Amino acid sequence: MNATTDLTPGTPGPTTAADPTDPTDPAADPTDPTDPVVELAGVTKAYPGGVAALRGVDLRVARAELLAIVGPSGSGKSTLLHIVGTLDRPTAGAVTLAGHDIATLSDRRLSALRAQHIGFVFQSFHLVPGISARDNVAEGLLYSGLPRAERRRRAADALDRVGLADRMSHRPHELSGGQKQRVAIARAVVGEPDLLLADEPTGALDSASGAAVMELLHDLNKEGATIAVITHDSEIAAQLPRQVRIRDGQVVADVRAAAKR
Amino acid sequence: MRRTRLSPASLGPRDVLHVGSAGLRTRPMRVVLSALGIAIGIATMIAVVGISASSKAQLLQKLDALGTNMLVASPGQGLFGEQVKLPKESPGMVGRIDGVRQVGATGDLSQSVRRSEKIPEEETGGITLKAADEGLLRTLRGSMASGTWLNAANGRYPSVVLGHVSAQRLGITRSGQQVYIGGRYFTVVGILDPLPLAPEIERSALVGWPAATEALGFDGHPTSIYERSTDASVQAVRDLIPHTVDPENPRNVQVTDPSSALQAKAATEGAFTNLLLGLGGVALLVGGVGVANTMIISVLERRHEIGLRRSMGATRGQIRLQFVTESLLLSGLGGLAGIVLGSAATYVFAASGGIPWVVPLWAVGGGFGATLVIGTIAGLYPAVRAARLSPTLALQAA
Ligand SMILES: Nc1ncnc2c1ncn2[C@@H]1O[C@H](COP(=O)(O)OP(=O)(O)OP(=O)(O)O)[C@@H](O)[C@H]1O
Ligand SMILES: [Mg+2]
Repeated sequence: MNATTDLTPGTPGPTTAADPTDPTDPAADPTDPTDPVVELAGVTKAYPGGVAALRGVDLRVARAELLAIVGPSGSGKSTLLHIVGTLDRPTAGAVTLAGHDIATLSDRRLSALRAQHIGFVFQSFHLVPGISARDNVAEGLLYSGLPRAERRRRAADALDRVGLADRMSHRPHELSGGQKQRVAIARAVVGEPDLLLADEPTGALDSASGAAVMELLHDLNKEGATIAVITHDSEIAAQLPRQVRIRDGQVVADVRAAAKR
Repeated sequence: MRRTRLSPASLGPRDVLHVGSAGLRTRPMRVVLSALGIAIGIATMIAVVGISASSKAQLLQKLDALGTNMLVASPGQGLFGEQVKLPKESPGMVGRIDGVRQVGATGDLSQSVRRSEKIPEEETGGITLKAADEGLLRTLRGSMASGTWLNAANGRYPSVVLGHVSAQRLGITRSGQQVYIGGRYFTVVGILDPLPLAPEIERSALVGWPAATEALGFDGHPTSIYERSTDASVQAVRDLIPHTVDPENPRNVQVTDPSSALQAKAATEGAFTNLLLGLGGVALLVGGVGVANTMIISVLERRHEIGLRRSMGATRGQIRLQFVTESLLLSGLGGLAGIVLGSAATYVFAASGGIPWVVPLWAVGGGFGATLVIGTIAGLYPAVRAARLSPTLALQAA
């Protein structure tokens, strides 16, 4: 259980939905306005050339939520994720992440914000070739300021948590697709981010490995992690407690299946 | 919601080295090939400088052994172009100048030196006959290859000492053999070792001062006076000799420093190397372009990695640092290889020529410094490009 507590984000709350009075419990009030991890207000992203990828998106993600952002191809899901993850800035509207208004932050401070608060998982894994799974995970802490030995120790714990304790020294080309994605998830959560953003994490996987990855995300969420999963697969989206539907750069539906929790 | 202070953590030196070398470790062949240009450039420069420094060190060593404190006085041209003579007593007078330690003199004779009387008189073999006094050998710091030097005992008999070139030309290999001079046979009592500061003696046959006067009609006027002084007094002695030897016509006395030619050679050693150094510089430049090229390719290939690192919280500065470090490592490795190669080439040259092995520290330091400058310049543009890359574009699937 040590590994588990290491992985949960900064302020781990109770992991069961038993207490309806707990303000941090997503089941009690998933969009608790007093403690949002992310808040988007009227976010618009227009690319030069006139393409508006996002048009006035309002979105609030509370601590310990697990939500799906779902929509057809080209609807603006990745753009939304990049803006939530501070990799890109909106052309209009406000983004508040972990209490910081990102419009006021320099590129340096945004980098620090990402290092401390956000973890990314990508469809194509983006593991560094030629280095072991453990070193790949430890790279996730490289910009955190932790000493190397501590980074490697936490990386081992994180790999253990995603069920790859026996693959520590395997290099990416020696891992299956599902295993690579689990390494990538370990790398994203090793820094205990406030928010885990996954862009089509199962997009490159067969259905069995995809299901395993989704199960892992569910487990991490149960331990308190706040996770946003982008998918165009309604079946996957349907398994998650909250679904935000996007079409043509706008939020067309925000559905909570509270019973799921 | 708790708000944390947002300032990026800086990477430790070990982490900088680690991320900077990550790209190199996965592509060792490319590292070798792109560092090769720099290695060749540095090796050329180190070898050129090293070989010329080794040659110079050898010349200086030789000069040190020969000494730079010997002067030769000889009769100059008279006012009307007539041949003047040095006074008979001038060697003694030179010996009394302050600072002079040793004096020796030779006087030219006209007879030819032959192996036997059967050889025609015209065939001198370029050997000149000279009268020599006893002090000459010590003044020249000469030594005997065989036999003995002229002395009071053998100087009175028809005996001769041969310079090593004369001995070779006459085919004389040991003392005791005879040569034919001025109508009679002289016994070779000794053969000299080479004398780099007095090549004219190497080509001479030397007879004792009294024997020359008695048997060969020598007039007793010296034609060369060799003197050795303390190192400090060389210049003063040089100024005093003409007045001492011929107070009335000091301009009739010519003073030369036989070591000056060697000194000049040592000073100019390496002048011809500028062209080769230039070639090394061109190789170095081409190597730098190669490194820049490799770095640009590396940045293009590793777009995803750059995007990933940015998403993990790397600042632009940290991305820049990563690629400049990579470029520095690349060129630094080339530089180190070049230094080793260039030093090895110098060693082979020095060992085969039997001269001292010298690789100047300034050349090693300068060469390595140059590679670091080149590495920085070559890596800067690709690194800036990498840092400017938008994270979202970098992360897009190709
Ligand atoms: N850099 C860009 N410049 C111009 N237009 C862009 C850029 N990136 C994305 N777009 C446009 O913005 C829109 C939204 O793109 P986005 O990548 O967010 O879609 P998506 O929902 O993630 O699609 P998919 O499911 O195919 O990944 C698209 O119409 C796309 O063409
Ligand atoms: Mg997308």
